Amino acid sequence: MDLQKYKITQISVFIENKKGRFYNTTKVLKEAGVNIRAMSLADTMDFGILRFVVDKPDVAFESLVEANFIVKKNYVIATAVKDESGGLCELLETINNLNLNIEYMYTFVNALQNKAVMLFKFEDIDEAIEKLLQNDAELLEEKFFTEY
Amino acid sequence: MFFEKELETMDRKSLENLQVERLKEKIEYAYNNVEFYRKKFQESGITKESINSIEDIRKLPFTTKNDFRDNYPFGLLAKPMKEIIRIHSSSGTTGKPTVVAYTKNDIETWSRLVARIAKAAGVTDEDIVQIAFGYGLFTGGFGLHYGLEKVGAAIIPASSGNTKRQVMIMKDYGATVLVCTPSYALYIGEVARQMNLNPQEDLKLRIGMFGAEPWSEQMRKKIEESLAIKAYDNYGLSEIIGPGVAGECVEQNGMHIAEDHFIVEIINPDTLEPAKEGEYGELVVTTLTKEALPVFRYRTRDITRLIKTPCSCGRTSYRMEKPIGRTDDMLIIRGVNVFPSQIEEVLFNIEGISPHYQIIVDRMGALDTMTIMVEANANLFFDEMKKQKQLLDKINAELKTTLGIDVEVKLVEPNSIQRSEGKAKRIIDKRKF
Repeated sequence: MDLQKYKITQISVFIENKKGRFYNTTKVLKEAGVNIRAMSLADTMDFGILRFVVDKPDVAFESLVEANFIVKKNYVIATAVKDESGGLCELLETINNLNLNIEYMYTFVNALQNKAVMLFKFEDIDEAIEKLLQNDAELLEEKFFTEY
Repeated sequence: MFFEKELETMDRKSLENLQVERLKEKIEYAYNNVEFYRKKFQESGITKESINSIEDIRKLPFTTKNDFRDNYPFGLLAKPMKEIIRIHSSSGTTGKPTVVAYTKNDIETWSRLVARIAKAAGVTDEDIVQIAFGYGLFTGGFGLHYGLEKVGAAIIPASSGNTKRQVMIMKDYGATVLVCTPSYALYIGEVARQMNLNPQEDLKLRIGMFGAEPWSEQMRKKIEESLAIKAYDNYGLSEIIGPGVAGECVEQNGMHIAEDHFIVEIINPDTLEPAKEGEYGELVVTTLTKEALPVFRYRTRDITRLIKTPCSCGRTSYRMEKPIGRTDDMLIIRGVNVFPSQIEEVLFNIEGISPHYQIIVDRMGALDTMTIMVEANANLFFDEMKKQKQLLDKINAELKTTLGIDVEVKLVEPNSIQRSEGKAKRIIDKRKF
């Protein structure tokens, strides 16, 4: 099975908890003509981790590195759930039953007709993709983000 | 390689005889020419007859930085201004500047001392030396300059600052030796890379002679890798003469002390008694050949220890280890003594850590806090909070083991810690005492 197509490139950026840093990041992306498709911001007292899924991950990565940001690339998976009560719960039940460990997740609503998109980072991405597909979860392919 | 082989490899017995003889002479000389010493020697009943062995040096009173300040600017000089040909001084950031002066012979002595350490590090008359120490009142620039001229090297007196230009000169003129502070060397490497240069291929540097601030073995490794050179430490201070008091040979294992010109002691800074053999303590130096400004038992505030075993290079002098810090750099955090170099040691042992760091000391209520700012980079950044926290916990735990106190490591953005073109400012102490 080709698991690769279900791996969505995510860009993570280290930002110090200082005024204007988040803005600077988005400015770099704007100037590079990158469209942010989904994002999350995890913060602590001292620093934050910004995570982006964008239409042009390579361009985003290069331009952020060029602007001296600390950037990493990694993969997440994207699943679509029904945009109605219990939609996410059902998916999480499946994940729970499969004994998959979620590192973190964030959502991306209004992306599909009547559906919400959940982005997940799993400890073992290959295992997660295989098991979720076997359990009929609707996984989105990377092209969904890059060609939208 | 030697500059004055006979003197540098003299047997210990002859060396000690020479030291005793010179010390006696200098006591009489200072007594006759410096009011300050005449009084001091009279009070403690010191004459040249008091000295019969090296150990007798302990009978002499100490000299401190305050003695220089109390006699500002020229009260300690043993020669009239007519015979003085150079004046240097400290910056005076912590009080009145310390003023030092040199006769023609002193400049000659100083140059020879620097030539010794340059030769010991392998510098020859074929070398092109870029001196990126500030030229001015600070003794580093001119001290190295005159000494390297003695060796016959071609000198580029670049002085410090304008780092891109430094790198350009280094590349275009084919500098083979770099002279500066270790922290500036590190910064130069960083700037070279930003200019898309690979020091290994694009620069001809082979030797670095670094001094003027304490640095760790780990920092040496980082500099050597960064600039593809061998990095040698040297030691000196203006009150004594300037750089050239001691310097490393190619063994890179302690700095050979020019003992025919200086007597060194290690004392316990609290009791002022001699430190036990091999123990760390404050370095105390007596000058034996200086004309303009003889100094007896100067308390350097540098904490180090002596290596007395013979060195395979053939030099017979005692060696001093890299100072681990200065008594006035030593932080007392919740009653525990901490030297910045101990922190550097822990940090630099962590794979991928940035060499730029800063220590912030503050007081919350009655409790001292110490925060160490380290620049983040892709090696230290994890996309997962859990892993990020694990890394910080690991660094904190290692610092706690070494220092014995809790400290907090904070990751900051790249280039947010100020780069230094001279002595690095590692500590910001915000406590109000």
